[in-house]
Amino acid sequence: MNKRPVTIAVTGLNNIDSPGPGIPVIRSIRESKMFEPRVIGLAYENLEPGIYMHHLVDKTYMVPYPSQGSDALIERVLEIHRSEHFDVLIPNFDAELHAFIKSAPLLRSEGIATMLPTMAQFEERHKSNLPEFGKKYGVNIPRSVPVSNTREMEDAANKYKFPIMVKGKYYDAYIARNMHEAEAFFFKVSAKWGYPVIIQEFIEGTELNVVALGDGTGTTVGAVPMRKTYITDKGKAWGGITIEEPRLLEITRKIIRQTKWRGGMELEMIKSSDGTLYIIEINPRIPAWVYLATGAGQNQPEALLKLALGMETVPFTDYEVGKMFIRYSYDLIIGIKEFEQLTMNGAL
Amino acid sequence: MIRLHKNVALSDSGYVFDPATGESYTLNPIGLEIVQMLRQNMTDDEIQGRILDRYQVDASSLERYYMDFIGSLVQFELADNE
Repeated sequence: MNKRPVTIAVTGLNNIDSPGPGIPVIRSIRESKMFEPRVIGLAYENLEPGIYMHHLVDKTYMVPYPSQGSDALIERVLEIHRSEHFDVLIPNFDAELHAFIKSAPLLRSEGIATMLPTMAQFEERHKSNLPEFGKKYGVNIPRSVPVSNTREMEDAANKYKFPIMVKGKYYDAYIARNMHEAEAFFFKVSAKWGYPVIIQEFIEGTELNVVALGDGTGTTVGAVPMRKTYITDKGKAWGGITIEEPRLLEITRKIIRQTKWRGGMELEMIKSSDGTLYIIEINPRIPAWVYLATGAGQNQPEALLKLALGMETVPFTDYEVGKMFIRYSYDLIIGIKEFEQLTMNGAL
Repeated sequence: MIRLHKNVALSDSGYVFDPATGESYTLNPIGLEIVQMLRQNMTDDEIQGRILDRYQVDASSLERYYMDFIGSLVQFELADNE
């Protein structure tokens, strides 16, 4: 079968100890039997390892952080598009999604397809909106409240009892066992991610995650559940295994059906000691462990690419249970000339 | 009556995988033999009788170790005590 040439732009090349999903997404798409991809990396930092993985990323351009204004980011992406003509953009950072979702019609008019959730879907599942989300869609969510100062946090802590979870708006989550710890985490998280900080009731149990893909009409195109088998000090999975837990898939399908979710998604859940499943986070993008789903038989990044291109996409019906991933670190050696080229020209 | 969960995977090497949790365990040869008998829906008495026939162990010691082992299977949610 002749492969279809496609040019994709991908962010999240920070394949570090708390990795972005860019490299696993690219690996998955490169394994596609359907597409012959040309991959344009979009990087925020000149030391993102993916920039230098030339067997995966054909060319990389530096782009400004969304915090510098979404207009600057979109203008830069369109400028790159005028030279590289990419067909599909796959953003992989929570912090950039707002800008890309807002600009999706503009990108589309310029010939760039995306497969992103709608702004309503994106906003509804925000950490600060999760309790309302749970009520609306009939799923269990731990109690949580957004706070902007330590007094509000103290009120929440008194209500939930310690330990509590202290979470950043986009990333980072810490277990605080007393007010002293809670305050330290509050300042740490707010300094990095701004306000509000989310205070969430702590549910004791096993963390289980699902990587899923919705087609925007309510159909779940793919869903693979995983249990982390090794967790780093940042709470990220360094190892994981696919599991057979039908209730996780039921909850995932229920959410995608009811929200008509469009694009990639990661559901983070806790299974408490009595077996109750709580959703603790809904990430509106493909997670960094997506390559496990690919290895288990669901190449969800390829399916997302097909959906973005408007191609017919048959939902996955199965995956291999007991498939494991183990991350590793690897030192790339690069010449100073490469680094110079990227730094001086903003492209490599 | 002890019922081993249907989806629990058991290999001849004594490696046990629980697909519902992703947890895995290792069994020694006697443990493997017992779990294989559980899989054949043998009763506690039948299993203990078979072990007594095959190995030099007194009935009271066997019962104590057997119940301890079964308790572990239930605790790890690999089996139910019906």
